[in-house]
Amino acid sequence: MSQLELKSGVTHAEQAHEVHEKPNYLNHDHSVMSWLYTLDHKRIGILYLVSITAMFILGGIMAALVRVELSTPKGDFLTADTYNKSFTAHGVIMLFFFLIPSIPAVMGNFALPLMIGARDVAFPRLNLLSYYLYALGAGIGMVALLYGGVDTGWTFYTPYSSTYSNSYVTVMAVGLFCIGFSSILTGLNFVVTVHRMRCPGLTWFRLPLFIWAIYATSVVQLLGTPVIAITLALLGVERTLGVGIFDPRLGGDPVLFQHMFWFYSHPAVYIMILPSLGLISEVIATFSRKNVFGYKIIALSSVTIAVFGFIVWAHHMFTTGISPYAAMVFSFLTFSVAIPSGIKVFTWLATMYKGAISFETPMIYGIAFIGLFTIGGVTGLYLSTLGMDIHLHDTYFVVAHFHYIMVGGAILGFMAGLHFWWPKITGRMYSDFWGKLGAGIIFIGFNFTFFPQFILGYLGMPRRYHEYPEELQLLNVMSSAGATILAIGYTLPLIYLTHSFFWGEKAGKNPWGATTLDWTATDSPPSPHNFDQIPVVTEEPYHFERKEAGVVSH
Amino acid sequence: MSAIEETEHGHGHNKNLAHHFDTLEQQHEANTLGMWAFLLTEVLFFGGLFAAYTVYRYKYSAVFEEASNLLDITLGAVNTAILIGSSLTMALAVRNSQLGNSTKTGHWLVLTIIFGMGFLGVKYFEWKHDYDIHLMPGKNFFHWQFAKKAKEIHTKEHSHRLPGPQDGVLKDDDPSLGVKARLESEQARLFYLLYFCMTSLHALHMVVGFGIIGVIAWKAYSGVFSPDYYTPVEIIGLYWHFVDIVWIFLFPLLYLLGAHLGH
Amino acid sequence: MNNEFRFFPEQASTLAPEVDALTLFVVATTVGVTLLVFFLLLLFAVLFRRRSDDHYPKPIHGNVPLEIIWCVIPTVICVVMFVWGVKVYSNIVVAPVDSMDIYVVGRQWMWKIQHPSGQREINALHVPVGRPVKLTITSEDVIHSFFVPAFRVKQDAVPGRYTSMWFQATKPGVYQIYCAEYCGTEHSRMIGKVTVMEEGDFQKWLSEGAENGQALQGRKLFTKLQCITCHSGNAQAKAPNLEGIYRKHIPISHQSGVKTPEGTKIFADDSYLRESILYPNAKVAAGWESIMPTYQGLATEEELLQVIAYIRSLQQGQTPPRLETTPTPASIQEKSSQKGEK
Repeated sequence: MSQLELKSGVTHAEQAHEVHEKPNYLNHDHSVMSWLYTLDHKRIGILYLVSITAMFILGGIMAALVRVELSTPKGDFLTADTYNKSFTAHGVIMLFFFLIPSIPAVMGNFALPLMIGARDVAFPRLNLLSYYLYALGAGIGMVALLYGGVDTGWTFYTPYSSTYSNSYVTVMAVGLFCIGFSSILTGLNFVVTVHRMRCPGLTWFRLPLFIWAIYATSVVQLLGTPVIAITLALLGVERTLGVGIFDPRLGGDPVLFQHMFWFYSHPAVYIMILPSLGLISEVIATFSRKNVFGYKIIALSSVTIAVFGFIVWAHHMFTTGISPYAAMVFSFLTFSVAIPSGIKVFTWLATMYKGAISFETPMIYGIAFIGLFTIGGVTGLYLSTLGMDIHLHDTYFVVAHFHYIMVGGAILGFMAGLHFWWPKITGRMYSDFWGKLGAGIIFIGFNFTFFPQFILGYLGMPRRYHEYPEELQLLNVMSSAGATILAIGYTLPLIYLTHSFFWGEKAGKNPWGATTLDWTATDSPPSPHNFDQIPVVTEEPYHFERKEAGVVSH
Repeated sequence: MSAIEETEHGHGHNKNLAHHFDTLEQQHEANTLGMWAFLLTEVLFFGGLFAAYTVYRYKYSAVFEEASNLLDITLGAVNTAILIGSSLTMALAVRNSQLGNSTKTGHWLVLTIIFGMGFLGVKYFEWKHDYDIHLMPGKNFFHWQFAKKAKEIHTKEHSHRLPGPQDGVLKDDDPSLGVKARLESEQARLFYLLYFCMTSLHALHMVVGFGIIGVIAWKAYSGVFSPDYYTPVEIIGLYWHFVDIVWIFLFPLLYLLGAHLGH
Repeated sequence: MNNEFRFFPEQASTLAPEVDALTLFVVATTVGVTLLVFFLLLLFAVLFRRRSDDHYPKPIHGNVPLEIIWCVIPTVICVVMFVWGVKVYSNIVVAPVDSMDIYVVGRQWMWKIQHPSGQREINALHVPVGRPVKLTITSEDVIHSFFVPAFRVKQDAVPGRYTSMWFQATKPGVYQIYCAEYCGTEHSRMIGKVTVMEEGDFQKWLSEGAENGQALQGRKLFTKLQCITCHSGNAQAKAPNLEGIYRKHIPISHQSGVKTPEGTKIFADDSYLRESILYPNAKVAAGWESIMPTYQGLATEEELLQVIAYIRSLQQGQTPPRLETTPTPASIQEKSSQKGEK
């Protein structure tokens, strides 16, 4: 503490032009070391933001390669091998290096302590360790890609990955192992933070819904990730030592790998989507100036989804020849996840009902999110319906479905959050016009890209195909054209947000008129220790009242 | 939503209190909960191995039981006793730190490390022997006939002499043995692979434990802990007991598996 | 193939209309729900836009009847989908008893198909119209998945085990086969065609250039692999008589080396026969010593299918006499891989 004050004092003297301002977490110390060794949750969030943006660009380039190849039926742009490595790299980068750390590690790190009135997460050093484990894992992953890549698909199905693939599977497995532990430590940190670091008066049912979602997510990270870690470790051992845990030729069982893989990887979907769901609740409430309809139900539905997420994994395996009775049970359980997800959509609508809705960029993303998440959700029902899944499994229908959840849900949620907290993170506003334009282009481009894939899937086009029959070309060209629009949409925020960071208009403490502690009790950007005085909470969140108008400083 | 209220920061006077906590009690609760959450993760981490073990234990039960007989029950039992002893010393260390006996805390912690090292020492000789008779994954991983013969010599002559061609050992792919021998070797290899993975992961946890216990012992000798502040001793205790409990599961699953068959 | 734009692939099996009817129901309900959400979203966005900076609406905390409605209606819809889905699924997984058997082996990157009559095809499958066909599927290397969109069926080919799927083609024509499970570099070239023929044409196709029947080839292997030595079906037999055991419940005494309770029986289907050849210890027939060696590595997946086809056809009193001149197992391995021996 005293050290922090000392440092900020020194910077004050050096930065004469900022003397009149209170030091904030961005400018209290400008040295590179102060960023690399930082224990401040806000700075660690920024480190993650920069890293995952780089990963997103890389994953996007891989997706572009795939879409260019698929614009013609023949394999004339990439060789089959390069194509396989491209979609594998796209999947691995986007899922493990981008989506899993996206909202939890960026938004969670930045906003969680602010929203619960804490000076930091419970274990700041562990938090920094998580980041470096992430960086190490991503680095090892990049080494695997640079040396020639991995051609197994992001699912690493055995025995292909364990015995037959000649690519850098083991190296990638080591990288993912590190990322896994980064994710576990982040989850652990957040669970403890939510339990033990809430400020006085902030009871469980006064928590903002984003905190509930992050909490549920962290529990999933804590319980699911170790299983994938040990599974990938066994895969690495199998490849290195030439033994056959998952290879039937050596006495192993390839389907066991699928069980262990999906025991994590299905809940992992909820690691990606749950924080988005919570974040959208914040955005919808704030921009409708209305309390969230059915607060308790929406809070508990996050926890319900997290719990149910653990008992539906085998719905990825209906065609592997598992027992028909097991298939029925897993189909039924899968449907039961649909109910809490549906409730969330309806409560958002009910929150907007008779609200006072304004349409700044985060809200545009929020509305787009509700639409796309609904499509993604209902197409999930097609896949949980047993009779249809047999036909749809491993086709482009599945690809379209999970992109509606992952992009339409998780990424739009991330964008909503980024635009929502940007004034808090940087202390500056961005151009609302360009923001809305970007959101519109992403929405249109996304639907053009992925809606045709539903039809392609029902027509029977399998996933991960380098070449396909000519009669499917029209839909594929539509999809590739849409991807071009989507790419433009993604580029816009990179430009206007960078511009805003340096030259944007100064943002007030609470430009959106939000009611949670991160807006009402901290400056934009917050001071290094978040709060001058620890706030005391006296009522439930989302209490929008006219008296607040006086507090809001535009 | 909130009223800002002056609250006493209440820190700065206690060097053991990190700046982001309000009270020592809050810090203690956070640290303990953190360790419990970590142990939960560990349960699932080992759980993946236990799941794989269960599947193959059921699938190849006969070979697994026979393969288990090639492990040394005596060494396993000795190690179990050593480890339980180390849990006792750890518990005494925690108790002494709560009572404020810093030096005694340090002694008990050092004794815990000594017991742990004893465990790993025994484990070293056991692994060495396993390696010699090709139970360890690696070059010439598991040659069923060779291992059986080695066991036979050991029981008969009470020596660790390794069998050679003079003992009439046939290679697994010897045509006269048929394919059955090869197949059983494969299944047994799964057992030894799991044995190797589980015990080495367990050993890795112990090594990590030594490092942390060492630091905490040093702190104890420097008189950092008091009845007000003994959290690090308590949470390393939790960790150590967890490592102990994992072994309590590993010992019967790996060593005692075939013992009821009267081998 | 014509280039007309379509949403549904051709319907060419009895299952296809069932799956499509279910799909139409699911599409109708989900499109309804989605449009409702979109409509309300836009409606609320317009109706309840912020009128002035001073506009603070009244909070609404909940509405129990409304919440019950939006819990119950989706639940009902989901239950209908689930039940209907299970009904269609049970038609997909349970093959009719009178199905015609065909055997499929996947490998990187081709489909190898055997008919019981001995016909073999690669990346092509000929079937008659109007007769249920059951495919027994396995793989020689990695996991593949046999997928015929026009029939709305798909089944993974998993190495080390048999899976099965069935269909009854309703329309003569040529339909696409895909490998749906990613299997390596040439995954997208692991494709083929199903040719559905009129019964007469199919019989003609079968007889044209047919090699020896699958069971007959199996019979040859039965003697060559020296199965006959122990499974001799006579008083000197050292192993159970295999006549007429297919699809019967037979008593076993040991399972994976562990004694089973008195009276335990096992259903002798294709999977059991395959397992017993490769893992003789897995389930040992009651009353016999477990002396059988494994044939893993001695017989290919295709040869196993032939031996099983033979056991399936073996009726009372048909076990052939043992030939004195049978070669030893070691030399069989090389020979059986040579094509010219037939």
